[in-house]
Amino acid sequence: MSARRTRLLAAPLLALLVAPAARAEHGFILPSSTALAGDGNVVTFDAAGSDHVFFFDHRPLQLATIAVLRPDGSAGTPYNTLQGRFRSVFDLKLDQQGTWKVASVQTMIGGTFKLNGEERRVGGRGGPPRPQGGIGGPGGAGPDQRGGGDRPGGMADGRGPGAPGGDGPRRPPPVAFEDMPAEATDVHLIEDVRRAETFVTAGAPTTTVFTPTGKGLELDPITHPNAAAAGETARFRFLIDGKPASGLKVTVIPGGDRYRDEAGTIALTSGTDGIVAIRWPAAGMYWLGVEAEDRHPAQPRAETRRMSYAATIEVMTP
Amino acid sequence: MRPISLALAAGALIAPAGAAFAGTVTITLPRLAIAEYKKPYVAGWIEPAGGGTARSLFAWYDYRKTGNEPGTKWLSELRSWWRKSGRTLTLPADGITGATKGPGVYSVALPADLAPGQYVLSVEAARENGGRELVSVPLSVPADSGHASGKTELGAVVVAAK
Repeated sequence: MSARRTRLLAAPLLALLVAPAARAEHGFILPSSTALAGDGNVVTFDAAGSDHVFFFDHRPLQLATIAVLRPDGSAGTPYNTLQGRFRSVFDLKLDQQGTWKVASVQTMIGGTFKLNGEERRVGGRGGPPRPQGGIGGPGGAGPDQRGGGDRPGGMADGRGPGAPGGDGPRRPPPVAFEDMPAEATDVHLIEDVRRAETFVTAGAPTTTVFTPTGKGLELDPITHPNAAAAGETARFRFLIDGKPASGLKVTVIPGGDRYRDEAGTIALTSGTDGIVAIRWPAAGMYWLGVEAEDRHPAQPRAETRRMSYAATIEVMTP
Repeated sequence: MRPISLALAAGALIAPAGAAFAGTVTITLPRLAIAEYKKPYVAGWIEPAGGGTARSLFAWYDYRKTGNEPGTKWLSELRSWWRKSGRTLTLPADGITGATKGPGVYSVALPADLAPGQYVLSVEAARENGGRELVSVPLSVPADSGHASGKTELGAVVVAAK
C-alpha cells in the first residue's frame, strides 16, 4: 500500500488525478448471504471502499453506481437504500431463482489540459456549481471533507482542494470533461473504469450474468463463484475487451485483516489463457482485486485506460 | 435415476433388475444436554470418491413451515449438502424430504442402483442456535461397510452392506 502511494505521489499527473488513498482502497460489495434456499429471500448489501477488507473505514460506493443483474439478465432494483458516510446499504428481493450479479460500475475521466497557457484539471460532474456544504451538513464542509480528491468517487466531485472556505490562493476548480472547451490544448486524459461485484444464488447456480460484455476488465468464471469451498480450487478467467488477459496481478485477501498482523494476501498472476487458480485456504469472505492499464480507452480523447475489478466471494466450509 | 424411498420399512426398495447392491446407513442423533433444543436439519448424500455429481439420500427439515421465513430458508445452513446437491433439487423431493427428528437412531436405505465403485457417504447436521457437523464415510460398492462418528451434532454414522 505504501509503495503504491509513494509511486502515485511521485507522479505529479497521477497524483492530481486520483487521491492516493482512493487507489489503495478496497472497493467491495458485501452480501449478507450468497447461497439461499427457497423463494423470495431478501439479501442486504453493504457497498464501500475501505482500507481494511470488509470494514467501513473510508467511503461509500455511490448508490448511483449500483447495477443489479437478475438471473435472466434483466435489471433488478435495490430498495431500502441508504448512502452513509462510510457505506451504502441496500436490499434485494430475490424474486427469481438462479445467480444474481450485484455490481458498482463507475467510469471517470480525469487529467489536464491547457487553456490560454493556463493548466486546468479535468474532473467532476459538470453542470451548474453545487451548493457548498452538501452532505457535510449546515455550515459547509464538515471536518471529514478534505476536498474533491477524497470525496466518494474521487474525481467525481467537482470541488478541488482548497475550494471550501476560500482561504488562501485558489487553484481554478476542475472542469468537467463534458465542459472542456473546444480550444483546449495539451489535453492529457485518463479514463478510469472501476468495477466491484458480488454474486448471490437462490437455488441452483446459473451463468447468464457472467456473459461478458466485451468491454473493459471482466471476470469470466470457470468455477462458479457461489460454489467456492475451503480446500478446493477455483479457476477464474479475466478478460479485457472480451479477450483473455494474461499477466494480470490478482490479489486475494481473506476478510478480517484488521485482526491479523499480516493481511494474508494471496498474490497470483494470470496465465496466457487469462486464468488464475485460487486454492481457498479456509472458509470465509474473500476480497479479490485486479488492476490493469492500457492505451485503449473507450473515450477517444483519453490516452490511457485504467481498469480495476473487485469481487467479494464467500468461501463455504467444505 | 429415480430417487428411492426411505426404507424404514422393509420392502420399500424397488431394485432395478440385476441390482447387486443393498445397504443402509444408520444415523445417530445425539441427545444434547441443553436448555433450548431444536431438532436439527440433517441431510445425507453419496458422491463418487473421485468427484462427481452428488446424489441426495435424505433431507430432514421443517418442510411444513410456511410464511415469512419458511422451513426451506434454513436448508442452506446444511452448507456442504446445499452446495453439492440440495440446491439443484426441486423441494420437497419425493423420497428425500422428511420431517426433522429428535435424538435417536435412524436407518435409511442406500440406492440399490449404485454402480460398483468408490464413494463417499456424507451426513451433515445443522441446528438452530447450535453447531454444524459433517461426517463422511468412505464406501466401496458393492459389499462394504464402514462407520464414522461425529463429535457434537452427530453421533455414529454406520454404513452396512447386506
